[in-house]
Order: sequence, then structure tokens, then C-alpha cells
Amino acid sequence: MNLYQSIKMALKSILGNKVRSFLTMLGIIIGVSSVITLVSVGQGTTSSITEQLEGLGTDLLTVNIMGRGATTSLTYAEVKSLSEIEGIKAVSPVINGSATVKKGTINDTYTIEGITPAYEEVKDFHVQAGRYILDIDNEYRMKVALIGTEVAGDFFGTDNPVGQTLQLNGSSFTVVGLLESIGTSATESNDDKILIPITTAERFMQTRGIRSITVQAESTDLVERTQSRLEAWLNEKFKSADNAYTIFNAQEMMDTLNSTTQMLSMALGGIAGISLLVGGIGIMNIMLVSVSERTREIGVRKAIGAKKRNILLQFMIESTALSSFGGLIGIGIGYGACALISTYSTLSADVSIAVVLIAFGFSLFIGVVFGMIPANKAAKLRPIYALRND
Amino acid sequence: MISSPRPLIEVDRLSHGYIMAGERIPVLQNISFRIHDGEFVAIIGPSGSGKSTLMNMLGCLDVADAGGYMLDGQDVRQLSDNKLAQIRNEKIGFIFQQYNLLPKLSAYENVELPLIYRNMPHRERKKAVEAALRSVGLENRMHNRPSALSGGQQQRVAIARAIAGNPPILLADEPTGALDSKTGAEVMETIKDLNRKGHTIILITHDLSIAEQAKRVIRIMDGEIVEDRGAAG
Repeated sequence: MNLYQSIKMALKSILGNKVRSFLTMLGIIIGVSSVITLVSVGQGTTSSITEQLEGLGTDLLTVNIMGRGATTSLTYAEVKSLSEIEGIKAVSPVINGSATVKKGTINDTYTIEGITPAYEEVKDFHVQAGRYILDIDNEYRMKVALIGTEVAGDFFGTDNPVGQTLQLNGSSFTVVGLLESIGTSATESNDDKILIPITTAERFMQTRGIRSITVQAESTDLVERTQSRLEAWLNEKFKSADNAYTIFNAQEMMDTLNSTTQMLSMALGGIAGISLLVGGIGIMNIMLVSVSERTREIGVRKAIGAKKRNILLQFMIESTALSSFGGLIGIGIGYGACALISTYSTLSADVSIAVVLIAFGFSLFIGVVFGMIPANKAAKLRPIYALRND
Repeated sequence: MISSPRPLIEVDRLSHGYIMAGERIPVLQNISFRIHDGEFVAIIGPSGSGKSTLMNMLGCLDVADAGGYMLDGQDVRQLSDNKLAQIRNEKIGFIFQQYNLLPKLSAYENVELPLIYRNMPHRERKKAVEAALRSVGLENRMHNRPSALSGGQQQRVAIARAIAGNPPILLADEPTGALDSKTGAEVMETIKDLNRKGHTIILITHDLSIAEQAKRVIRIMDGEIVEDRGAAG
């Protein structure tokens, strides 16, 4: 008897009992679809987190200076000399603060950042109108400002803000550029900022020196080596004091987050996998019942010449067909559920072919393994006992 | 009648028993007989006489505790399960009292089944199945399921299944037991006709009127042969 005939026989007996076959498959259907859905949601979440972090720039190192003793910051000149360190492409020092901004009767408090022209490239944050802060602005401590889109909206509505003036803590600043709208990154809101020349900011906010520096490495691969050189330089500066500075590495943070979310995906997939296993036990249970019910059929088949392996194959194919049909339906439902989740919730779900193949492969494997015991029981029945059963 | 030099079936001092509650209950004791090609033998005995057990032995469904059984020159007691299955498939056609058709298969598919197990190619199989159904007069009911057929028709499908593979021996266990006398007579006619065409028939029954229609009658009582009438050779 060939495989084609065996498959035909198995399908006939599955279709001959549709309700039972469907209920048997249900366990596998639920198992496969939940594995696919949960793992896909996990992967989707991971990739959306990764995307957000990549927005921070994986080739960036953010240095925050806490200082030691009298030395609590770096001077502008010292920061400039950082760019001579090997592997550093650009250095963007920042002075942070806030100021009350006023125009006419409107006034509110905004974040102010003192920057150098390097900020534009390092943060990938450009102007949509007007010009950027230039070196010359820093040299002469010009009172010029770039404003974010939200600030522009608050003070100028839909008018062009370039060329207008704003009062920052009482002094007049000329708006020379309108920043593009880039929304909120993982760590801060960007559209309600005002950027001014760093030298102006030093005076204006009455701080001395620079405490926050963003360093751009020449490439993402060089980040770690650049970080250790930077650390060496800073240790020299602060005499190896503890907690004199911190360096935030976006890549490092991403790795940590990735491993966490991946573990979560695995845990979800594992739980769903258990339901697949339970589905397999369901198949075994029904197949065992089916073998006892069909004792007579098995006896007749044996009497007219079925060999042990014919019977074994018939029952194995039945259980495998049940689990693989269940698997296919489960894949369909899994895809559907992922599409629904992506459409109607904030979660994103990426269905990867690997997960689909693994879930389907596992359901097939379960059909084979759990079909073995019932099929073996059927194959071992002696024809006289099978025929005697009335 | 010309008897072939080698008997088709040779049973030599066959004994068999069952263990029940630790005690061996003998069912067959020193049964010996020979059946030649083309014979029509009835094995008759009351229920409990051991005739069903004898049929299981002859049909290679079970192997006796002791004694020899040569079927078409092969020593059945030496054979593996797979080899026995092959012998059942190729040498023996079974006709049961309860027809034993598979309810979910059509008449055609039921008859086809032993040929599938024999790995007969599709075209040849179709020819054999159709010929078998035609010879029992059911060529118009091929695609009906057993439930749509009368008892006599079902038994004829079972006979078609038994003869489709053209086995030398037909083993019929109370073939008319579940039928009314008219259809029973029709089925007996079919069986006699098969014998005339050269099939060796072994008929197991408790009904004397059925047994009388055979050319040879072996009577069994309490596991022993008490009469063997009309033996050839």
C-alpha cells in the first residue's frame, strides 16, 4: 500500500467525523495561533523600542559632568580639544537651563539650550526656516535664538517667526531660525526648546563651564573604543574621582532593553508552546478513543491482509493530518490576530516566517509523537480479538 | 474429480486451548484433515464445538498451540505476522456472518481494500473490482455505502471482496446466518457457483441444511472430528 492510499484513507476517516476532528484540532489551533500572535507582538515591541533608541543615535556618547572639588565642569576650550581624541567625529557641548520667555502679554517657561554649530549634525536636528547658530554667534555672544515648532506656535501662531524678537528673562533675542518638528524622542521633548549660542548661554544663565557634552563617534563600531579613550581623558582631568562624570551609551542601553524584551518574547512563546503540548495530548486522547471504537475495522483490515505497518501508518497519518490541519488554521488565525492587534491597538506585531515555520513544525512534530502511542496500539491488535468484538 | 498431488490445506494433529482462570481449556484436539484444490467442504458443529477456533486457524488469524498446518505448501506455524498478513491477503478470501464491511466506504472501495493492501496498480485494480462486483450481480450498486444496501446485497459485496484478489481458498463463516431463508439461498447459490468456477470453499456452519449443500462435510464435536463424509482422495 502506498503513501497516497494511506493519506486518502486517513482523510476519509477525518472527514467522516467532522465535529470531532474539529474539536481535536482546536487545541492545536489555539496553540499555534497563540504562539504566533504572542511572539509576533513581542518582536514587534522589541523592534519599535529599538527604532526609538536608534533615533537617539547609536554612534553617540552623552557625557554628564558632576565634577570633583572645585572642578565641576569643563571649559569651552577643553571641550573643543576633545575633538582631537582619536575616533571622535564631532563634539557638541550643551548648557541646559530654562528661562521665562515673554512676548507682549504671553509668557511662559521654556527649556533653553546653549549650543555650538556641531549640534545640528550630532543631534540630526535642522532648521526648516532661517539659519542655524554659527561660530560667529558664539564668538561675539550674539543674542540670537532658534525656536522649536511648539514655541513658534505659542508666540507667533502661523506667522513666520524668523526675524522677530522674544524676551528671555528680560533680554531681547532675535529669532534667526525655526527648527524642524521632530517630536518626542525616548528621553525628551524636542519641539518646545529654544537654542541659543553656548557662549551667550554661559553668561545668560550664569553658569561656568560645560556639564553636558554629546560626542559623536566616527562609526557605530567605534563607539566602545571611543568611550574608553574618552574615559581615560576624563579620568586624567578629574584625577580618577568616582562619580565625577557619567557616560550614557545608547547602544549599551539598547542591548539591555533588547535582551529584556527578547526574554519576554521567549517566555510568552513558551507559555503558548505549552498550550500546543496540551493540544497534542488532546489528539492522543481522541486517537486512543478512536482506536478502541474502530477495533472491528482494524480487525477486518487485518483479516483481509493489512500488515502491521499499514495500520500504524494509517493512524499516524490521521493524527499528523489532524495536527497539521490544525496548524494551518492556527497560522491563519495567528496572522489575522496580528493584523487586528497592529490595526486596533498601540502594540505592533511583526509576524516572522521563522516563528510561523517553528510553530507549524512543532505542531506536526506533536502530531507524530502523540499519534505514535494510539497507532502502535492499533497495529498490535490481534485480528481474532478485533473481529470478536461485537 | 481430479485431486492435485499436493493438498491445498493439510492439517496435522492440530491442538489448541485457552487459558481461563489459570486452567487450560482444550478447544481443538488432534484435528487432522486434508483439503484439495477445488473442494467444497462444510465444517459443521454446534456452538462451542471449536469450529470458530478452527476457522481462525485455517484463516491464519491465529496460530495453534500444537500440530502442523501446511497451506499451499507453506508451514504456517513458522511464519511472521507480516507473512501471515500476506497469506490472508493472497490465499484466503473471508466471508463473515456479519459481512464486516467498512461502513464509511462504498461497495467499490470495500472490494478494493484487499487489492490496495496487495499494492495492485490502479488500472488493474479497477478491472478486478468491477469484475468481482459484476460476478455477484452488484455492478449497479458499486458506489452505494453498505447502509444503503440490503443484507443480501451486503453479503454479496463481502463475497465480491473475498474473490476480488482471486484467492485459492474462500473461507465462509456462517455466510447465511444473518439472512432470511430466501436471500440465504441466493447467497448459497452464489457460493456454489464460485465453487463450480474452481474456488475451493470452506464453509463453517451449525446449520445442517446449509452443510448438506457442500460436497464434503466435516463434523466437529467438543474439539474433535467425529465425521468426515465425502472426502476426496
